[in-house]
Amino acid sequence: MPSQGKSKKIALFGMLLALSLILSYVETLIPVSFGIPGIKLGLANLIVVIGLYQISVKELYLLSISRVLLSGFIFGNMASILYSLAGGILSITVMMVLKKIDKNSVLGISMAGGVFHNLAQLIVAMILVETYQVVYYIPVLIVAGLLTGLLIGIIGREVCVRIRKVYR
Amino acid sequence: MDEKHRKFNRYDVYVIFLSLLICGVFFMVIMNIQKKEADKVVIKVDGEVQGVYNLEEEQKIEINGGKNILQIKDKKAKMISGDCPDQICVQHKEIGKNRESIICLPNKIVVEIQGKDEGELDAITR
Repeated sequence: MPSQGKSKKIALFGMLLALSLILSYVETLIPVSFGIPGIKLGLANLIVVIGLYQISVKELYLLSISRVLLSGFIFGNMASILYSLAGGILSITVMMVLKKIDKNSVLGISMAGGVFHNLAQLIVAMILVETYQVVYYIPVLIVAGLLTGLLIGIIGREVCVRIRKVYR
Repeated sequence: MDEKHRKFNRYDVYVIFLSLLICGVFFMVIMNIQKKEADKVVIKVDGEVQGVYNLEEEQKIEINGGKNILQIKDKKAKMISGDCPDQICVQHKEIGKNRESIICLPNKIVVEIQGKDEGELDAITR
């Protein structure tokens, strides 16, 4: 998006934050559990993927951190905030680096984001529970991250293509 | 987003390939660990060992003063009740192979199967 007025930037940021909060809520309504505990779609990450192409990196971090704190206080607890924060920050960092390298498509970037989101959460779990036993979960979580990342990437791409006309 | 970032390209295949490679490596490591024979059940709460039990004796063990109950039967351990909200540990299938574990995150409980020649080694290797 070309640089526009400050108020437009703030409005866009507010809208994305509201959207990601709503998506966090929608996620709690979806009963799909994929048969494996701890695995979910990560709908709120859709906003991060879209934001990657719409707002600056600084704003993206701010967006993710505010979203995690707000949704954590509303729907979760201290532990879930820690998990989401670690996942969010690492996945944004990885996606940002991949976008800077400028080789991957949005699908690849989203998949890498999904994988690293899960890995970061696993590392936090290792620290909190003080055990390395959770490494058994790594293969499952990597595959899950790839799948959900791909899905989020596809949706994010379609949204990005369509909202371009709105931002003229 | 410009045109070239929309289509799946070969760098995206690298992402998948690398992820699956890491996945495979961990899978092999896990398979190797599980080959060893197991005969002990170690229960840890908040990282500290609470008790070591024989996998061959049938028994019910109360953890955290009855918050969670672990059942050992037919050389397998299963969490039969817990007061945690998500009940993931209770839904977990029974464990009996070496290094398998049931983890209850809300109550910080780790139940782990260990082999004959292991045990306190875990505390030393860092």
